[in-house]
Amino acid sequence: MTDATVTRPRTRRDAQFDRIRDREAKLAGTTQRKGRFLSKFLNNRLAVIGFAIFAVICLMSLFAPLIAQHDPMSPNLRAIAKPPSAEHWFGTDKTGRDIFARVLYGGRVSILVGLGSALLSALIGVIIGVYSGYVGGWLDWIAMRISEIFMSFPQIILVLLLVAILGQSLVNLIVIFTLTGWGGIYRMARARMLSIREEEYVQALRSFGLGPARIAYKHMLPNALGPIMVNITLSTAAFILQEAGLSFLGLGVPLSIPTWGNILNAAQDLRVLEQNWWIWLPVGATISLFVLSVNFIGDGLRDATDPSQQG
Amino acid sequence: MQPNDPILTLRDVQVHFPIKSGILKRTSGHVRAVDGVDLDVYRGEVLGLVGESGCGKTTLGKAILQLVRATNGTVTYQGDGGETELTTLDDAGLFAFRKRLQIVFQDPHSSLNPAFTIFGSLEDPLRHYGVKTRKERRKIVGDLLEAVNMRRESMDRYPHEFSGGQRQRIGIARALSIQPELVVCDEAVSALDVSIQAQVLQLLMDLKREKNLTYVFITHDLSVTEFLCDRIAVMYLGKIVELCDAEELYSNTLHPYTEALLSAIPVADLDRKSQRIVLEGDVPSPVNPPSGCPFHPRCRYAQPVCRTDVPQLRRYRGKSGQHLAACHLIDHPLAD
Ligand SMILES: Nc1ncnc2c1ncn2[C@@H]1O[C@H](COP(=O)(O)OP(=O)(O)OP(=O)(O)O)[C@@H](O)[C@H]1O
Ligand SMILES: [Mg+2]
Repeated sequence: MTDATVTRPRTRRDAQFDRIRDREAKLAGTTQRKGRFLSKFLNNRLAVIGFAIFAVICLMSLFAPLIAQHDPMSPNLRAIAKPPSAEHWFGTDKTGRDIFARVLYGGRVSILVGLGSALLSALIGVIIGVYSGYVGGWLDWIAMRISEIFMSFPQIILVLLLVAILGQSLVNLIVIFTLTGWGGIYRMARARMLSIREEEYVQALRSFGLGPARIAYKHMLPNALGPIMVNITLSTAAFILQEAGLSFLGLGVPLSIPTWGNILNAAQDLRVLEQNWWIWLPVGATISLFVLSVNFIGDGLRDATDPSQQG
Repeated sequence: MQPNDPILTLRDVQVHFPIKSGILKRTSGHVRAVDGVDLDVYRGEVLGLVGESGCGKTTLGKAILQLVRATNGTVTYQGDGGETELTTLDDAGLFAFRKRLQIVFQDPHSSLNPAFTIFGSLEDPLRHYGVKTRKERRKIVGDLLEAVNMRRESMDRYPHEFSGGQRQRIGIARALSIQPELVVCDEAVSALDVSIQAQVLQLLMDLKREKNLTYVFITHDLSVTEFLCDRIAVMYLGKIVELCDAEELYSNTLHPYTEALLSAIPVADLDRKSQRIVLEGDVPSPVNPPSGCPFHPRCRYAQPVCRTDVPQLRRYRGKSGQHLAACHLIDHPLAD
């Protein structure tokens, strides 16, 4: 049957092992790991709903030119601050721009800022945290201190500083979010590494003389991926809220570019707030819905990747 | 086994872990996990390393493989290329010797990477040692799995699909994958059911014969070592307190600690002393080891001298003339 039985005379022990093996084969689960993850995620109703909302908003923003009937930038003087109608689904703003189109196009930028900053900070945080957490020593010490400096810096002051120096732009905003955001994910990745570092499979890899980068990034990182994905989703939501907040204050993306925050910015006017609810309510609802859906996805991912929860 | 052909020589090996405390992370003391071990491992033998939990067995095993570096002392490897002091080498220098020394771990649940298939876990070391093509690696991994009585197809499964015994066999396969000469088995069977234990032990012995291996067999269970080991070293608080042929250890126990350990084994063997000596108290902390003989606070024969003087490992006649023990109260050591 096998090479081993050819090279070695069959003993009674082989027969014993065959029996054990058959018994174990029967017990062995047939489900694969990937499948288990997916089924656990799909069993979480909120996560699935969250994912559906997330996908719809993303797709609508992505295909905004096909869906929106109006240009988000061009004012229409004959339709200023009109309530929702068949022509303008979400109404128009004070310069007569179609709000539905602006929400769709704004979604592109807001999601880009949120997701982009989250992915960039994850990239930086993971690259530094995984390696320094595994090797430890002075490298870890330095990385920790640097992250503390970045995290202790009040974000709003950093924003004001950079806006003053570099001016307002989309890229600057992403840079600011990345600089202030990487510390959190770095610490999480590092903490994960510290706890897997003593696992015996890591020791075994070391005993083969594999290099630290290979052990850390190839073998250990996959075991920290669950919490990292959760962290990315949650910080996407947080960054989108921050973008809205900063843009509302007029410190975010330049007002000429539609973003969810910039649309909300119009609601600074008390008259708009009281009389033109359609200018701020739809976009506010979209932000809430999007952030909520991302958080549901994050929770679903957390549960699905948590090995202590059997699925 | 040729008696005087050591593959590994340990001289005064110490591993002290600093204890950092307070916000300033100042070193406030040391855990003396291994505290001055002299030991020869002979080519082809099975050397048992026994002792209670926390006495430094795993640390000593890791120090042999340079997974923790000794804070003092030397570990010398003797191969065809002459002697090499491993303790002085850096990672690059160690590379050539990593291949000769391997380890099988205690915990079958953490010894395999849950994110990889068995093949994924086992192929990287092979690639590292120059097995270039995937096809070759698959063949080698398959052969290894068969050598430990597992199905070839197991290589594409994930660790959680296997039982503890199976995982332990996979751990053994991994350790053997680059054809080492010496394997440290750290409590390789302790986590398994008794019925599975016997079979994994038998497997280890068969593999040893086939591949001419040398084992350092770490365990806290003296009932396993008797039929398995050629020699046994008994450790207490980071020190070796008795070292001799396995048979000799059971028939002519010298050290009071060994005596207590042996008396704790449930015996079917009626001519052995069956009175159980209960060790009082816990193992003292390796941070503040007792003065003198580390065993004196729990020793029922303790004399004043035991409190003050550290006993050296001395040679006694025994059957083989190679019985080492560290105790003030055993008379007639051989002059060296
Ligand atoms: N990395 C470390 N840092 C600090 N102390 C350590 C470290 N590793 C081990 N120790 C300490 O060293 C001592 C010996 O530990 P070791 O794991 O070698 O014991 P052991 O004999 O293998 O025990 P067991 O039978 O429980 O496996 C223990 O007191 C332990 O707490
Ligand atoms: Mg141990």
